[in-house]
Amino acid sequence: MTDTSSVGIVAAQTAHFSDPLALKSGEILPAYDLVYETYGTLNADKSNAVMICHALSGNHHLAGKYSEDEKHPGWWDNLIGPGKPLDTNKFFVIGLNNLGGCHGSSGSKSINPATGKPWGSSFPVLTVEDWVKSQARLADYLGIEQLAAVIGGSLGGMQALQWTLAYPDRVRHALVIASAPNLTAQNMAFNEVARQAIITDPEFHGGDYYAHGVVPRRGLRIARMLGHITYLSDDVMGEKFGRKLRADQIKYTFDVEFEMESYLRYQGDKFAETFDANTYLRMTRALDYFDPALDFKGDLSAALARAKAKFLVVSFTSDWRFSPARSREIVKALLDNELSVSYAEVTAAHGHDAFLMPDPHYHHILRTYLQNIEVGGSA
Amino acid sequence: MSTLPDKLALNTEFRHDFAIIADWVKLGSKVLDLGCGDGSLLCFLRDSLEVKGYGVEKDDQNILACMHNQINVIQMDLEAGLSGFEAQSFDVVVLSQTLQAVQNTEGIVQEMLRVGREVIVTFPNFGYWRHRIQSMAGNMPVSDNLPYQWYDTPNIHLCTIHDFDNFCAKHNIIVKERRVITDDQPVHFMPNLMGSLAMYRLQAP
Repeated sequence: MTDTSSVGIVAAQTAHFSDPLALKSGEILPAYDLVYETYGTLNADKSNAVMICHALSGNHHLAGKYSEDEKHPGWWDNLIGPGKPLDTNKFFVIGLNNLGGCHGSSGSKSINPATGKPWGSSFPVLTVEDWVKSQARLADYLGIEQLAAVIGGSLGGMQALQWTLAYPDRVRHALVIASAPNLTAQNMAFNEVARQAIITDPEFHGGDYYAHGVVPRRGLRIARMLGHITYLSDDVMGEKFGRKLRADQIKYTFDVEFEMESYLRYQGDKFAETFDANTYLRMTRALDYFDPALDFKGDLSAALARAKAKFLVVSFTSDWRFSPARSREIVKALLDNELSVSYAEVTAAHGHDAFLMPDPHYHHILRTYLQNIEVGGSA
Repeated sequence: MSTLPDKLALNTEFRHDFAIIADWVKLGSKVLDLGCGDGSLLCFLRDSLEVKGYGVEKDDQNILACMHNQINVIQMDLEAGLSGFEAQSFDVVVLSQTLQAVQNTEGIVQEMLRVGREVIVTFPNFGYWRHRIQSMAGNMPVSDNLPYQWYDTPNIHLCTIHDFDNFCAKHNIIVKERRVITDDQPVHFMPNLMGSLAMYRLQAP
């Protein structure tokens, strides 16, 4: 049976950019590719485009499947489609893989045209600002002057916020979900442990493991296991696994004894098979570096003074990695600037992962907000 | 799926108390409505006076209703204070028929006076004669403005007009104006007995 709320079979596209991109680090990326997907139809006055910014491990494949046989649809399929909260009958939705990613956009894994070899360690360290700059170029490439909305969760929420600061006239609405105006020391500490796991893996080879035909799988696996602990709440872990044993009784070994260990190992293994370690390092660094208030002596309200967009800020009660208190800081800075802002604090058990879950109230909030976004005539 | 439930539809019934509040609010001013419900008051003020309004609500359904009505709404519990709002950052802060349901009454009134250059508080007058008769007859009062039974009421700090006057005097709060209404009509004679809804316009000392 055909699912009428699915965008159906989709295909990724690649945009090549030959204009050099000046990065915040001072480095210059001479040329690059961005891989992207779109859903819905861009209307005549190009006023219905919505860009989705992905989080740490995300990519451009937001919704639908590449073939009928594909096991899982895109990562935000529960949100995007005909009649879904982000309704593709109304909006033209764009998903892209950020620079430095490992799903088709230029990154460490891809070939540096100057050398004919993978970029590896020489691929620049990127920032949220750099990503948003490249996303604006993708919008240019698609002929879109102004986005109806930019939406992102977690690291994606930082990009949505950055859009309103870098291009105040190019975005009408920003949906900043489960995000923060910068990372706390504790949050950066988790990133540092994850990076150390990767960097100290003997198969990391300073980031140039491609040449050795190996990948730092162990490090990446541990990094992901750590991440998963922080994305869930204590409650939901307790509910999901508790102290349940894998076997009937304790075996007094260091093999998998508890269900929770089995889950973490499975998640770690799966991730290490498909994700690139250099990308992981760069994504966590972009998280660490994002701090729009830094140039304003820590005054976030001053930093957000140049924003013009209307905002929806959403947090989740059990999210301790991007806690509601951090979202409230964004809300306060927006209020200080008398910007339009609504803030919902969703009661949810799933911790940081809640932003990806199809919680009915959460989706009702997004649906209600998105329904009120005005777009021009149909295509 | 794409239509909203009826309960999110805006209540468009004319409300005399809204009209009085509108009389006290200047064109284009910045208004914070605490416990804003479905955003009816802010919609009314936006449509009649082009105010820049923000609501504060804790209830999920009301958050949805406000968003549906295109009212800026911040989900938070009033009892936690207004630390997310700068001092004197609003022209007017409104607490409409909510005073009687808050726990930390003194704290919230002080917070409102900190955040707003002017504060509007309205509450059902417990001293209204219909309430007094019911009390005398041995029952907890139930009326249009106190529509709850004793066992399901959210109201924990009911007061009379006299009580609130004393409260303001004790805290040196300036009462700029007071209006009392019953059945949408102004009450001038013996307001603490004849008035069902009290409306105050307050300022910090």
